[in-house]
Amino acid sequence: MTSFTSLDHSTETSTDICMSLENVSISYGASEAVRGVYMQIPRGKVTAFIGPSGCGKSTVLRALNRMNDLIEGCTLKGRVLFDGHDLYARGVDPVEVRRRIGMVFQKPNPFPKSIYENIAFGARINGFRGDMDELVERSLRKAAIWDETKDKLKESGYALSGGQQQRLCIARAIAIEPEVILMDEPCSALDPISTLKIEEMMHELKKSYTIVIVTHNMQQAVRVSDMTGFFNVSTRADGEGKVGCLEEFAATEQIFNAPTQQATQDYVSGRFG
Amino acid sequence: MTSLQPNASLQSPDQGPFQRKALQFQPSLSRNRWNLFFTLLSAGFAGICVLPLFLVLAYVLFKGGSLISIQLLTQLPPAPGLEGGGIGNAILGTIIITLLASLIAIPVGVGGGIFLSEYSTSGPFAQFVRFGTNVLAGVPSIICGVFVYGLIVSTRVFAGQSYSALAGAIALAVLMLPTVIKTTDEALKLVPDELRWGALGVGASKFITITRITLPSAFSPIATGVVLAIARAAGETAPLIFTALFSPFWPEGLLNPIASMSVLIYNFAIMPYEAQISLAWAASFILVVMILAANLFARYLSRFAKA
Amino acid sequence: MTPFALADAFRLRRRSGSEKLVDQGFRQLTIVLASIVGLVLLGILLTVLSGSKEAIDAFGFKFLTTSSWDPVSEKYGAFTAIYGTIITSLLALLIAVPLGVGTAIFITENLIPLRVRQFLGLMVELLAAIPSVVLGLWAIFVMEPFLRPILEAVNQVFGWIPLFSTVPQGPGVAPAILILVVMILPIITAISRDSLMQVPPELRQAAYGIGTTRWGAILQVILPAAVSGITGGVMLALGRAMGETMAVTMIIGNSTNFSWSLLAPGNTISSMLANQFGEADGIQVSALMYAALILMILTLVVNVFAQWIVRRLSLKYS
Repeated sequence: MTSFTSLDHSTETSTDICMSLENVSISYGASEAVRGVYMQIPRGKVTAFIGPSGCGKSTVLRALNRMNDLIEGCTLKGRVLFDGHDLYARGVDPVEVRRRIGMVFQKPNPFPKSIYENIAFGARINGFRGDMDELVERSLRKAAIWDETKDKLKESGYALSGGQQQRLCIARAIAIEPEVILMDEPCSALDPISTLKIEEMMHELKKSYTIVIVTHNMQQAVRVSDMTGFFNVSTRADGEGKVGCLEEFAATEQIFNAPTQQATQDYVSGRFG
Repeated sequence: MTSLQPNASLQSPDQGPFQRKALQFQPSLSRNRWNLFFTLLSAGFAGICVLPLFLVLAYVLFKGGSLISIQLLTQLPPAPGLEGGGIGNAILGTIIITLLASLIAIPVGVGGGIFLSEYSTSGPFAQFVRFGTNVLAGVPSIICGVFVYGLIVSTRVFAGQSYSALAGAIALAVLMLPTVIKTTDEALKLVPDELRWGALGVGASKFITITRITLPSAFSPIATGVVLAIARAAGETAPLIFTALFSPFWPEGLLNPIASMSVLIYNFAIMPYEAQISLAWAASFILVVMILAANLFARYLSRFAKA
Repeated sequence: MTPFALADAFRLRRRSGSEKLVDQGFRQLTIVLASIVGLVLLGILLTVLSGSKEAIDAFGFKFLTTSSWDPVSEKYGAFTAIYGTIITSLLALLIAVPLGVGTAIFITENLIPLRVRQFLGLMVELLAAIPSVVLGLWAIFVMEPFLRPILEAVNQVFGWIPLFSTVPQGPGVAPAILILVVMILPIITAISRDSLMQVPPELRQAAYGIGTTRWGAILQVILPAAVSGITGGVMLALGRAMGETMAVTMIIGNSTNFSWSLLAPGNTISSMLANQFGEADGIQVSALMYAALILMILTLVVNVFAQWIVRRLSLKYS
């Protein structure tokens, strides 16, 4: 195992693979939530996770930057590789991981600070030494919210509408220049117009970032993603409770037009879920 | 035919299994009389409940308020049998002891609350701390005094001094501690998890998340609880009577006995001199005004918590 | 590989050692601060236990049942104080529970406008904020003189009952009970009010739906649903009453002589501690510590029981 410090300069043979999951199973306490996930997330692309509720797609997403560490009793088996390095290896600092793999949450969660400070906070704790005003502007521009906020940077982030708050949170994630951005149903609490704005933005963002998005909305997956993973729930072998698994992972076009699994076919054609 | 029966019984009230009456309200019905009786009874109880507050406040304001003067606030109490004098040393003493107790209890309590809410919510150690906090909250205040007497006063650990302002402050701090811990724990639990995730998601460490995001968000409920704890400590007497003791002089540093308003009231109330009893009422007035003001201030603070 | 030129601007991209140290240190600090609670509890227990050892060896369990308190012959028994503690808190509870629960019902029901109810609630909360020593002062100079003719009349009519057999001469157990009522009313009212408000509104609607009157619903449906919370509050109040010191010390008369009569001066464990601890020495200190130990055990049992009841309640509604 190479030391983590060499991460920036690591020369992987398959540079187009950003993250890969190898036989990942996640449990909450004694009950298993997801079992046996294998997946390779390509760099510079948008990867969507779809599937019925309770299939563990959010759980897997949160495993990618160790947000699950915050849930007591949550354990992970298997390996999650980022640039070829296991994120769950001993000695890996979850805080470090989250600085390189940012996250946008289901509910907009701006800090109770000004719009400017919301962006600057993350940059500052990451030791940003450049021109803060410029960074704030660039991040807000990338998140397509600069025009709406440039005159009120000193106002509270709570003064914005739900859709604007979510774009502020995306700007906040971009500001620390992560390599991957994880989005956990970022549009589920938003109106259609805000949703459209965020989807347009994602097309811009994937030029510089790898994006993984969980969505309930299959049209959204079709519109924004290059790769799609379909998660499904199945009753456990012992008949007690349910466990999620990755049913199929392929190019979005294939998942929606020619899936190999019957369950995927049923789900994308709206027969259940 | 059976389906018609309910209708039939409505039309001819005497034949159904229930007695039907007109829909008009009839105050003479026994159920309505009982209703009125219980309403009046509960109103009477509420009146009795509030009555002591008004009586106590009225007497304290009337008997103590009339004595307030510059002299009262700035002079020392008179020797037994003499007239005049003031309670300046006791006012200053109460402020010093309460402040010192807050300086001890707030960091410890807020730190403990942070541990319970942010680091371990259900581990065995956290459960023990939570249980201990509840037990400590139920320990009678006089026992806090006995504890500090045994630990500090009788052993003379502080530079060979026995009774001291510091000992009194520690006893008050023990009393405040459970309130501050509980307040912090509960206030931090009200902060939505999304906010913590937001901070951790941009790569903040736990320390940064807590000190820059979580604690500031919970500031006003914590401040409310802390102000209430300080107000309660300021009026406490039992932990002070054999730790801080009393002193007829101005405070002489933290390692000597010190006067406080609450102990002054206790000592002077049972003296057979008019002048001392008047001073006890005056001290009550100042103490009650301070404590009620702190309570109203805490309510004002808690309003921010909801906004 | 970093696709953006600016990434170099993040000096701390790799967390510095000092930052990790602060992060770890802060966690350790909170653990230390949290454990102070345990240390204090342990300290209280050890102080009282070691302090009372001498008296426990000397008097044993006879301490609980004898009532001589004689510093001259150094014979100590705490029966008077234990009896005083239990009788004052139980009788205070007997009076305060109906008053407090009644008040709680009055301020949770919509009998009077919301503003008035909120004002009454605020008044009850402020009553809880008045220092015990101020209530004691008020009890000495206002309540007791007012009460004395009434208690004298009680003695004349009911003097044949041991509980009222002595002529009231000022401070005594009865005024102490009444001042305790004033002190625990706010606790009982506040917790009863919270428990009543937790009762799901559907229950009340169901009761009204089958044609009960307001008080029918309150007494037969709402109160029974809130009873475990109210019981928890009552137990907490009992714990508070047993440990309450200042107001009781100032009005109970501090007599170590045993009397069945409520009109005679008496003692509680806490008033005895407040009154004698400062001037005691030798085995008297140890005897007082022994009494303090008994008080701690009494309040601990009551409080743990109260917590158990309250926790069961919160499980029921979550």
